[in-house]
Amino acid sequence: MPPQLKTLLPLMVVFIGLFILARHFLIPESFGKYGHYRANSMDEIAAIPANYAGKAKCVECHEPEATKLDSDLHSGLTCEVCHGPGAQHILDPKIKGTLLKPGSREFCGTCHSLNPARKTEVINQIDTKEHHPEKSNCIDCHNPHAVWELKE
Amino acid sequence: MEHLYEMLSKVDGYIYPNEIELNWSILIVLYPYITGLVAGAFILASLERVFKIEVLKPTYHLALLTALAFLLVAAMPLVSHLGHPLRSYEIMTTPQPQSAMAIFGFIYLWYLMVVLLLEIWFDYRRDLVLWSKEKKGVLRIIYKILSLGVTDLSKKTLAWDEKLGYFITVVGIPSAFLLHGYVGFIFGSIKANPWWSTVLMPVIFLFSAMVSGIALVMFLYMIVSWIRKVKIDMPCLDEVGKFLFYVLVLDFTLESLDQVHRIYEAEESFEILHLLVTGKLTYTLFIFQGLLGTIVPIITLGIFRIHKPKESIRKPLYLMSSLLVLMGIFFMRWNVVVGGQLFSKSFLGFTSFKIGMIGLEGYLMAAFWIILPFIILAFLLWLLPPWKKHSEEHI
Amino acid sequence: MGTERINASRRNFLKKSAVLAGTMVATSAAEPFNAVLFAANQPDKAKPWYGIGIDIEKCIGCGYCAKACKLENDVPREPFFFRSWVEQYTIKNDGSLKVESPNGGIDGQKQTVPEDEIFKTFFVPKMCNHCEKSPCVQVCPVGATYDSPEGIVLVDEKYCIGCRYCIQACPYGCRYIHPIKKTVDKCTLCYHRIKKGLAPACFEVCPTGARIYGDLNEKDGVMHKFLKEHNCHVLKPNLNTDSKLFYNGLSAEVR
Repeated sequence: MPPQLKTLLPLMVVFIGLFILARHFLIPESFGKYGHYRANSMDEIAAIPANYAGKAKCVECHEPEATKLDSDLHSGLTCEVCHGPGAQHILDPKIKGTLLKPGSREFCGTCHSLNPARKTEVINQIDTKEHHPEKSNCIDCHNPHAVWELKE
Repeated sequence: MEHLYEMLSKVDGYIYPNEIELNWSILIVLYPYITGLVAGAFILASLERVFKIEVLKPTYHLALLTALAFLLVAAMPLVSHLGHPLRSYEIMTTPQPQSAMAIFGFIYLWYLMVVLLLEIWFDYRRDLVLWSKEKKGVLRIIYKILSLGVTDLSKKTLAWDEKLGYFITVVGIPSAFLLHGYVGFIFGSIKANPWWSTVLMPVIFLFSAMVSGIALVMFLYMIVSWIRKVKIDMPCLDEVGKFLFYVLVLDFTLESLDQVHRIYEAEESFEILHLLVTGKLTYTLFIFQGLLGTIVPIITLGIFRIHKPKESIRKPLYLMSSLLVLMGIFFMRWNVVVGGQLFSKSFLGFTSFKIGMIGLEGYLMAAFWIILPFIILAFLLWLLPPWKKHSEEHI
Repeated sequence: MGTERINASRRNFLKKSAVLAGTMVATSAAEPFNAVLFAANQPDKAKPWYGIGIDIEKCIGCGYCAKACKLENDVPREPFFFRSWVEQYTIKNDGSLKVESPNGGIDGQKQTVPEDEIFKTFFVPKMCNHCEKSPCVQVCPVGATYDSPEGIVLVDEKYCIGCRYCIQACPYGCRYIHPIKKTVDKCTLCYHRIKKGLAPACFEVCPTGARIYGDLNEKDGVMHKFLKEHNCHVLKPNLNTDSKLFYNGLSAEVR
């Protein structure tokens, strides 16, 4: 064997050996369990706390409002779509700061303003400017939990 | 993120909201450019070694050292562009076998360690040993280390140097194709992007790499000779010019074929791509890449095939052609990488390209990465000067 | 004598090629080409395999899905990055198409084109399609993005190197780089909620029930019902991503 190879080949073997050793320490645990990825990351993602609690949780305490809601057209809505994410409030009911109590024309108009892309079979629409301009907010007349229960 | 608000105002038509910012900017334009120079310079060197084109000998070592200098820098724009550069070792430890990009770590290492470094070592070993005996002080130690302690200079061992070097060069040619071809495949295999997705992409990338590498060696040979105040070997330069011409014609043909095919089939993406090419890419595609970067050099070098003007006219024209080609191929990478991100995947609109002076993806950073190889080359030419190699008879 | 030998070798050749051809025909008949019509190629029938259904006829473009997604997943509030967004398509009488998604639609949408110029208009909510043959998973160089056993495409933010290759590969524009974490972010089908038995945020808040999700493995489950009762389409079917997001009422103009 020529002297070049006598020096180079052992060098290559050492290099590859070091690489395999480094690889053993650098590959994270759980890698490759289900596929070419770190299986533990699924558990890490699953552990993220939720911000929206879900209607069932709201109903546990707020039964009267939930029953009212069931009686009218807004029955299909969850509480949090108008009131905002409620997980913090479930953990500590004293926390109410992030919850909304909306009812302005702009807010209700997000769903109900006239838009040709909205099918009238799916949702009732009104012109938010011209509909009873003497009232400032929608909830002045409409009970948001029972929308056809009009005041006065 | 203020610059994004500004870009939002410049959106033309409709883009998916997440497409506002170009994901691959100038650094990712630089990477294929630099690896292309490496592959091209190496191919030119191998023409002399494997295909025994003796007249190219003056450029052989220069081409090899150029390839090494640029390869050492090639990975840097990539790593510095990453969101988490310190995690870049993951590409070596857990490469995902279906990803073309995963091959980067191994092909880069292979090409650097086995092809380039070994070939240069086999070629320079005799001189390294002799210099380690001739020089004094730190240089003596450096050369000794570089020779790896293989100090045998007998005829038999020197013959092995030649044989092994030849073998490495032969292995190096497909390796060079792989080194740059996979970059073309990275783009060519993205079915989501019709500007990139074409079967021809790896081939186009490869041929434009060869063009840029040959032009770079031509340019460097002239500059280095001028710095050293040494006469340029005109037959060598003419031969380099000849190869540059032929590969340029091939490259132009391939690119034109891609475009003609695209125009003829006029698939769903054609309308937006047509707007892209005639709008945002007008200057960079037609003027810089096409006219100045390809047509003018082809005509100049082509005329030399029929009628060779005298040396004092050929030299500046070679210089001009090599610089134009280098600029043209840079803009080819630009048009592919940046052009492919300027239009929305909804085919309904365009976003804009924004780049600053400073910052990790700014002009200054890019300028740094492209100038660094030249500094490294200067160092390599000082450490391993091709013109100071010991002649055959020297014992 | 010579001709007999030649005939024998020719006969052998014909015999061999007939056997070969016959085997090929037989095996191709035994396993006829099975074009998977909707992504019913469940990897493991014991586990849930999630699919999504969006009914464009019911979408009113309120944008609460996009807003809830941002609030649930702490997505940056800037108008650039969305895991889910709503587009408004307006086809005018002159045939021209206008698509818009101001701030991703999270504050609702207004129609600025006068009604008498409108030929057709509708909303299209967009989100990650959780493709079965996702091109994004295919191109990740390190294995930081993957298809979970439940059929949800996730990103491992501790492993992602931020090379952005997956963002280039996604045909639907669903991925982006998180400006602070510098890793790729995308819709996770609220994996953290699904695992707790909750619905993903966007499905939870949709006021008209335009969005449904469910187990594609479940016979007569919500997804099977949705697919049977509607004529569903996926986006960019020609790219063969085996998208599991099925739209009902997807008009030809939708990109």
